[in-house]
Amino acid sequence: MSEYVISEIKRDHIMNLLKEGRREDGRSVDDIRDIQIMTGCVESADGSARVKLGNTEVIAGVKIIPGTPFGDTPDSGVLTMGAELIPMAHPSFESGPPGENAIELARVVDRGIRESGMVDVKQLCITAGEEVWMCFVDMYALNYDGNLFDASNLAAVCALRTAVIPGEQYGKGQNRPLPVTCTPVSVTSVKIGNDLILDPNFDEEMISSARLTVTTDDKGNFRAMQKGGNGSITRDELNLCLDRAVEKGKAVRKIIG
Amino acid sequence: MEKRNTRPAREVVVPGDLLDDSGMDAGSNTYVLDGKIYAGVLGIKNTYHDAVSVIPLGGRYMPSTGDTVIGIIEDIGPSNWLVNINAPYPAPLHVNEVPWKVEFGDTSKYLNIGNVVLLKILMVDESKKIQVTMKDSGLRRVEGGQLVEVPYSKVSRVIGKSGSMIQMIKNLTDCRIFVGQNGRIWIDGESENADVAVEAIKLIEKEAQSSNLTERIETFIKSKLPEMEDDEGEEDQ
Amino acid sequence: MSGHTDMVLVDKKGVRIDGRKADEHRPVHIEAGVLGNADGSAYLEIGKNKVLAAVYGPRECHPRHLQDPTKAIIQCKYNMQAFSVSDRKRPGPDRRSIEISKIIAEALEKVVLTELYPRASIDVYIEILQANAGTRCAGLTAASVALADAGIPMRDIVPAIAAGKADGHVLLDLNKEEDNYGEADVPLAIVPSTDEIVLLQMDGNMTRKEFDKALDMAFGACHELYDVQKAALKKRYAVSKEGDEDE
Repeated sequence: MSEYVISEIKRDHIMNLLKEGRREDGRSVDDIRDIQIMTGCVESADGSARVKLGNTEVIAGVKIIPGTPFGDTPDSGVLTMGAELIPMAHPSFESGPPGENAIELARVVDRGIRESGMVDVKQLCITAGEEVWMCFVDMYALNYDGNLFDASNLAAVCALRTAVIPGEQYGKGQNRPLPVTCTPVSVTSVKIGNDLILDPNFDEEMISSARLTVTTDDKGNFRAMQKGGNGSITRDELNLCLDRAVEKGKAVRKIIG
Repeated sequence: MEKRNTRPAREVVVPGDLLDDSGMDAGSNTYVLDGKIYAGVLGIKNTYHDAVSVIPLGGRYMPSTGDTVIGIIEDIGPSNWLVNINAPYPAPLHVNEVPWKVEFGDTSKYLNIGNVVLLKILMVDESKKIQVTMKDSGLRRVEGGQLVEVPYSKVSRVIGKSGSMIQMIKNLTDCRIFVGQNGRIWIDGESENADVAVEAIKLIEKEAQSSNLTERIETFIKSKLPEMEDDEGEEDQ
Repeated sequence: MSGHTDMVLVDKKGVRIDGRKADEHRPVHIEAGVLGNADGSAYLEIGKNKVLAAVYGPRECHPRHLQDPTKAIIQCKYNMQAFSVSDRKRPGPDRRSIEISKIIAEALEKVVLTELYPRASIDVYIEILQANAGTRCAGLTAASVALADAGIPMRDIVPAIAAGKADGHVLLDLNKEEDNYGEADVPLAIVPSTDEIVLLQMDGNMTRKEFDKALDMAFGACHELYDVQKAALKKRYAVSKEGDEDE
């Protein structure tokens, strides 16, 4: 991402509001933005979802194709995730191969989904040691207004939940829903000054010093975390983030259905 | 609904739409082909006397000499600052064009990245190279308050006919407001009032197309600030 | 163009596999102003193609050495998303998408008043969400709506559509099967007010007579698409004629 300058006035205004527990868009510090989910929007994909988190918009598509398993997991399917910050989404995004931000994004989403065991990869085996289903999840940011982590996680999870293994297309048995066991939800907090807020928009993200993404499963157990940014968080702040991730994760899971 | 303005219905035109083939004069944002006038941009068809033009509905701010704008310092050199003025081109602000005497290499002592400045467009040459200045009355660095952005095409609505809209907002909210021609608006005042002024400007942006906008905005502000009296506003433009 | 099939692409009554007549294009839907950050944007569906186009600019030209002191340059990036086709497409540009990006930019340059913005860049991004033959035309059609939506000064709006040949018939707007197993494909884009051609490609095998017929069909369809493009732009601003509607 190229440099993007936030005006001093904007920065000061956001920080002054936070002193009163307020935010520019009227939310309180622990509110997340409205979520809109449209699944099945791409018929050429085996599962797809276009998600809006406020004005941040991400599309995710799943392609499931037969392939060779890894040597150490001969009877497990393969899950691969990619994210692209395409220049359509924000004036500061440049075209070219995924940079460190896109790669971190894809890996954090991947970790939450993988570690939660959301996709039951054991059920993706066609012939042990020879052939398994390979599940590719590709995410594209379409409009960036902060917090791509949660929006991308949401898009990937919704796309996977509606994905179908295209057995018939490849002569590998009947079509069947992708075996999905749970709904991992990530909740991202950022630190601005000494305040912690949930689901930052672009301006808030730009002036934040540290970021923490926490992914929980249906039981409220932690499945993935990622701290980002050059600032630090205290132990107490971490506890607050964890509590909020569990609470908001539950709410988001309800929205997903 | 509202019959007071009997001007003809606003007609949205898109590039390539035929505007006139009866010999009218071609105004701004139009082009002539084989004696006919066509729209050259998405906008509203505007007929005035014998001329037809198009008022754009969108598009970037293009600086022109004499405009006052709000800029954000984006980069610093030893003898100038690079200012983002929301235009297709960056605007260099030379040390000779600021109200202080700045030694070579001392630029960052005066203005830093992220600072907000009120500027005037000094010159735009043929290749669209821009020069800006801070050496004029009222031009300065601003601090505090709020900075909002509206599309450049909505600026005239925010100002209103001979400043009527913006003056009304200033009077009712008791805020200092500076409207840059480039769509950036700086608002400073007592916190609740400033918030209402910001909301009012967002409402103008949203409803720029509707009629009786000034009255509607006035009603809106009064409903939000019922205790305020109409009194003197500030003199900023 | 090279595949072989036993599939009957056009039946004895002249009806195609998706029920269309020879000179009928697929249903088209266009919406202008669909993305928040872009200066202009459009979403387009034609048949099973789904396309997003976004425009940023005019803005400072990067990389610098591409700047033209006399006019703005148009930089286009056409990209097929990984899941847009039946086999997953590897992300990133390939030779095909680079070529398509180039000819789309050139087609748009004809109508954009680039001389108003020397040294600047107008950036056009086309993302194919779902592909079913004809994506370069769909992308260009969407991109010109996005350009107008961005308030870019231009002489006209460019529509594009392909005509071709399958099962020995000259057909308009080939779908995926017709494109795969057909005999020829001719993508075309025009400036409707003058009928100038700004994009033309051809591959396959056609007689002069067949080609003329295909071109006539494509010209006719371009004018129909043009009406849909204009309607989409006008619709975006047609609201609140009587005041507020969305409050």
